[in-house]
Amino acid sequence: MLEALTMPFVQYALMAGLMVGLLSAYFGVFVVQRGLSFMGNGLAHAAFGGVALALLAGWDHYLWVAMPYTIAVGLGIQYVQRRTRMSGDTVIGIFFAVSMALGIIFLSLRRDTSVDAWAVLFGDILAITAGDVWMAGGALATGVAALPMWRRWAYATFDPELAQADRLRVERDDYLLAGFLALTIVVAVKVVGIVLIAALLVIPPATARLLAPTFLAMTLLSMVLGLAGVLAGMAAAWHFDLPTGPAIILVQAGFFFLAAIARRRG
Amino acid sequence: MTQALRCIDLSVRLGSWLALDRVGLVLPEGAFMTIVGPNGAGKTTLLKCLLGLVEPTGGRIELLGHAPLECPAAWLGYVPQLKTLDRSFPARAIELVATGVLGRWPGWLRGSARAAAQEALERVGMGERALRPISVLSGGELQRVYLARALARRPRLILLDEPAAGMDLAGEADMYAILEDYQSDAGATIVMVTHDWDAARHHSSHVLVLGRQQLAFGTPQEALSEAQLRQAFGHVGHRHDAARGQKGRGGHA
Repeated sequence: MLEALTMPFVQYALMAGLMVGLLSAYFGVFVVQRGLSFMGNGLAHAAFGGVALALLAGWDHYLWVAMPYTIAVGLGIQYVQRRTRMSGDTVIGIFFAVSMALGIIFLSLRRDTSVDAWAVLFGDILAITAGDVWMAGGALATGVAALPMWRRWAYATFDPELAQADRLRVERDDYLLAGFLALTIVVAVKVVGIVLIAALLVIPPATARLLAPTFLAMTLLSMVLGLAGVLAGMAAAWHFDLPTGPAIILVQAGFFFLAAIARRRG
Repeated sequence: MTQALRCIDLSVRLGSWLALDRVGLVLPEGAFMTIVGPNGAGKTTLLKCLLGLVEPTGGRIELLGHAPLECPAAWLGYVPQLKTLDRSFPARAIELVATGVLGRWPGWLRGSARAAAQEALERVGMGERALRPISVLSGGELQRVYLARALARRPRLILLDEPAAGMDLAGEADMYAILEDYQSDAGATIVMVTHDWDAARHHSSHVLVLGRQQLAFGTPQEALSEAQLRQAFGHVGHRHDAARGQKGRGGHA
């Protein structure tokens, strides 16, 4: 494994994987605590629509199209939910279905593509390029710049009305959060693939929720678990010659079940 | 005397539902006003208007001389209904109280914010439970925590939405004693939504009887007089009878 670290494609995979693991574990705490786990799936399928649109346009660097497309869908979900006052899962379900339908139509219109659909659906971490690493780095940098938002998002997660009564601009903050979630999901496409992204967003925060007494502890523990899951998952994938994305998800699920057992005994 | 609250022809329409219809009142600073009325009478809507959470569709509000959204948040202490609390949220009592001090969710809670939150918890008799997770606190204990949260910022106006729900009689008596103590200490104004007409009679200086419209407003003797209730509800009886009477007249349950 150590000699593998000298290879550029492994270095890229590791760097992108760790950044995506950290980002998704961080933003995932708001997703889990707000009961929006379905949002991860909805945005992942929006990303699929974006990828398919890029392929239709003949652009193999599909993440540059998928990113604005997914962010637009994330903001659209927020907008429709606020205007119609329908439940989040209903609105997400509609956008989910529309994005999938569009993605399939886009793909059916263009068959001669050099991009492996399997890689888009299930991830191909070893195909990560330096450009992808820069993109993940950019997403991480904007995530770090948004760290002061944690206290506002946490307050609105606990009780949006209390936060609003304290003059927080909850609606604007929710749009921002949806944008960051979409960004995180797009950069995670290559690491775990569209099918498994939601798990990356949900499992580390859910595990942390089982163990942490405070929301700050939940956030920090989720990030540690996100990083540990990526490291251990990639090591397992390398050692046992498994697909990397599913290996990461299975390791994180293992952490979750251990935490559930530990909590039950505690 | 300064006015704590002034509502002028205040109306709120929620979709097609007229939740409040031309409410008008003036409340002096230092008053203790209870808002009573059947379910769907617009009590919570009025409270949310005062907090700036619901925008009036007609008329206006002045809160300590300001429009609700221009009134500094630090002047207002809010105790929401307990049923809105997400008990699954990983938080300790002291963190919830600290939101009253900081106006944000606390990260590492330390220094003056921690001291102020602890002091507020002591004030409501919850000092020893400061580090308990909110998930294990009883309904009455959580109401005290919310009360501590409202008092922690030393507000000029406290807005409470059914704060006695989930409390036993002793807890309720404690709550009124804490509120009246704070009021005499800080000269604060209290506005409280309640279903308990007896409490309204005994603890408040002013009572507003709502049935979407303003059915009565004045001292408890005036607003809850037999003649006034007869005029408002068509008959006088137990408070639940009054509520049923209102619903029977087309009120919203």
